[in-house]
Amino acid sequence: MSKPKDKDGKNTGTTRRDFLRKAGYAGAAALAGSATLMANTDNPDSQATWAEWFQGNYRLMTDQEKKEAIERLEKRYSAQYGKKVTVDDAPAIDGVLFGYALNIQKCIGCRRCVKACVKENNQSRTNTEIEWIRVIRMEKGQFSLEDMDKGYPAEAGFDHGVQVGGNAYKPAGVVLEGQHYYQPKKVPEKDAFYFPIACMQCEKPPCVKVCPVRTTYRDPDGIVVIDYNWCIGCRMCIGACPYWARRFNWGEPNLPKEEMNPKTHYLGNRPRMKGVAEKCTFCIQRSRRGRYTACVEVCPVGARKFGNLLDPESEVRRILARKRVFRLKADLNTYPKFFYFID
Amino acid sequence: MQTKTRFPIDFFSYALKGGAKYYAWLGFLSIFVVLWAYGNYFQLTEGMIITGLTDQTSWGLYLSNFVFLVGVAAAAVTVVFPAYIYKHEDLHKIAVLGEMLAIAAVVMCLLFVMAHMGRPDRLWHIIPVIGIYNWPHSMLTWDVLVLTGYLILNLVCGVYYLYKKYSGRPINKAFYLPLIYVACVWALSIHTVTAFLVNTMPSRPMWHHAVMPIKFITTAFAAGPALIIIAFLIIRDNTKLAIPDSVFDILSQIVVWCLGIALFLIFSEIVTEFYASTEHADGLKYLVLGKHGLHKLVPWFWTGITMMVASFILLLIPKVRRNLKVLPYICAMLFLGIWIDKGMGLLLPGFSPSPIGELSEYYPTTLEIFITAGNWALGFIVLTLLMKGAVGVILGEVKYGRSGQ
Repeated sequence: MSKPKDKDGKNTGTTRRDFLRKAGYAGAAALAGSATLMANTDNPDSQATWAEWFQGNYRLMTDQEKKEAIERLEKRYSAQYGKKVTVDDAPAIDGVLFGYALNIQKCIGCRRCVKACVKENNQSRTNTEIEWIRVIRMEKGQFSLEDMDKGYPAEAGFDHGVQVGGNAYKPAGVVLEGQHYYQPKKVPEKDAFYFPIACMQCEKPPCVKVCPVRTTYRDPDGIVVIDYNWCIGCRMCIGACPYWARRFNWGEPNLPKEEMNPKTHYLGNRPRMKGVAEKCTFCIQRSRRGRYTACVEVCPVGARKFGNLLDPESEVRRILARKRVFRLKADLNTYPKFFYFID
Repeated sequence: MQTKTRFPIDFFSYALKGGAKYYAWLGFLSIFVVLWAYGNYFQLTEGMIITGLTDQTSWGLYLSNFVFLVGVAAAAVTVVFPAYIYKHEDLHKIAVLGEMLAIAAVVMCLLFVMAHMGRPDRLWHIIPVIGIYNWPHSMLTWDVLVLTGYLILNLVCGVYYLYKKYSGRPINKAFYLPLIYVACVWALSIHTVTAFLVNTMPSRPMWHHAVMPIKFITTAFAAGPALIIIAFLIIRDNTKLAIPDSVFDILSQIVVWCLGIALFLIFSEIVTEFYASTEHADGLKYLVLGKHGLHKLVPWFWTGITMMVASFILLLIPKVRRNLKVLPYICAMLFLGIWIDKGMGLLLPGFSPSPIGELSEYYPTTLEIFITAGNWALGFIVLTLLMKGAVGVILGEVKYGRSGQ
């Protein structure tokens, strides 16, 4: 599969590489001294070799370049985290378009998915704490008898006391009037329901459109990925995402060695560096190897479903066929492949 | 060939010479450059975490200043256009000073873009051929294109004009005038594209309206000439260059009418959003009235509006507008007012509420303010040197063969 990709990659990638080699050698020789010095610091960013700095966009690399890039990373990560770290480069599988369905009726707001995601995907744990999934607690809201007459205007005056509107409702959860910092003793709470969000893997992703360097793009299996090594940190994507799905590494990520998940993918959960954007990738390191995402696996109530949208027998497709389904902010024409449903 | 090598030497040695006041001004600006270096040391080593930015409010002080300064850069056209299209004689003589302002403003824009970037070391990724330039899809690449083009146009026009004056040769109109005409249109493009950069995001309903580009241009053509008026008055008071009153008259007229239109557009925007009061109005409500107990931007917004309205009313009075003792203060006030309205007053409410309805307030950190002030100071140093040198050329004090060769 992905033959045209490789062909493209050979053309563009080689030209750029050659150019940079020539341009880079002169400067690299002079800077070799400082490079050696930098390589000895604990700062993982400084340990990035010159080759890593000079490498092209992953999408356009030749197979050989990809292999080299991955070997470099595996070496660097393994040394840094004190364990054997693998970086997968599994491409999209032919005939697979990933989709997700979430049963908001079942979700109890326990946030096990959030924690499992952080653990699986090597997010920064502290300062800044990054979570790709956020669960919004939506108030059920109510209409109250006491407030029936408390409309406005309250007194007769300019508009003759004819009411133009009322106040007999409390936020009824029909729009996104919730918050994602809830800390109850027990879930589910009586007056709330829960609305988990993460990257919607839009078919028409606004974040991809605005990226000035094409570091974020849609892969053939529908996953919107990011080449962390190519990102320039302009945060246009964060501005453009209507689902607030993207996070930024404001500082050097803090990922403790012992908590680091060594099974990584180049476009997914490999450790990030400061100054780049990241987001959910449908656990690309798992899904492209035929596994469920971490959030699906951990969900105690089975609210999360994941599968191949092109396979009529897949769980997601059966949900789309049988349940009442909606997508978030459908009016924006982003066509998310993340569906919400109720039984 | 020798004239060409002497020109920059003569130009900058003249620009670097001045009285005590001149050195005091440059010294004052240099203080901020030291703070800038200090701030940058931390931002470059520790990352953007030293700023007050968050995942909620991910664009802040840096990009606000960028947006504002693109306007200032574009406003050079308010000098060049009347000079070359309307053949305003007095402006024509000093039109090159407008180009100097454009160069300095674009330099500031680039400094702010660099400060905003999380990975400035990877800037080469956006360079066509060696990197990937996602054009025409990404609005940011359009912005890079028009800003770079504008910088080049102004450098070519400005340097060419000054060099010809310097070497005492006539200007080749067939070469120069078309460039000037292109630059005039190009000036509009830089601010239009910057508006498109912001308003093409339906994820941020507060920005998603078609009034943005024209509002940008009108506020720019008020704030820009306001700064030019101040600069020209300083030049008039401190150098031998006699800038006639007619120049201030036309510039202050441009200011007052553009400001009037800008206020009208702000008013239209508020009425349109507030009347229906949909969820999409929440950003503007947060800015104008505050929301859910968060009011930080409210005094900020009203200070800006008050400054703009007050300047507009004052400038409408011909006696006040023509009083060159008062004019620079009014100009300073409206410059600040527009900086508030179009800077953080525009960007921050786009992020609060966030796309999922979360309100958050952003406070720039001290280091962020250092870097911002430093960027301004660097720009003003560039502006001062370029204007000083250009004034020398216009006066004939910087001339080939004059400086004792």
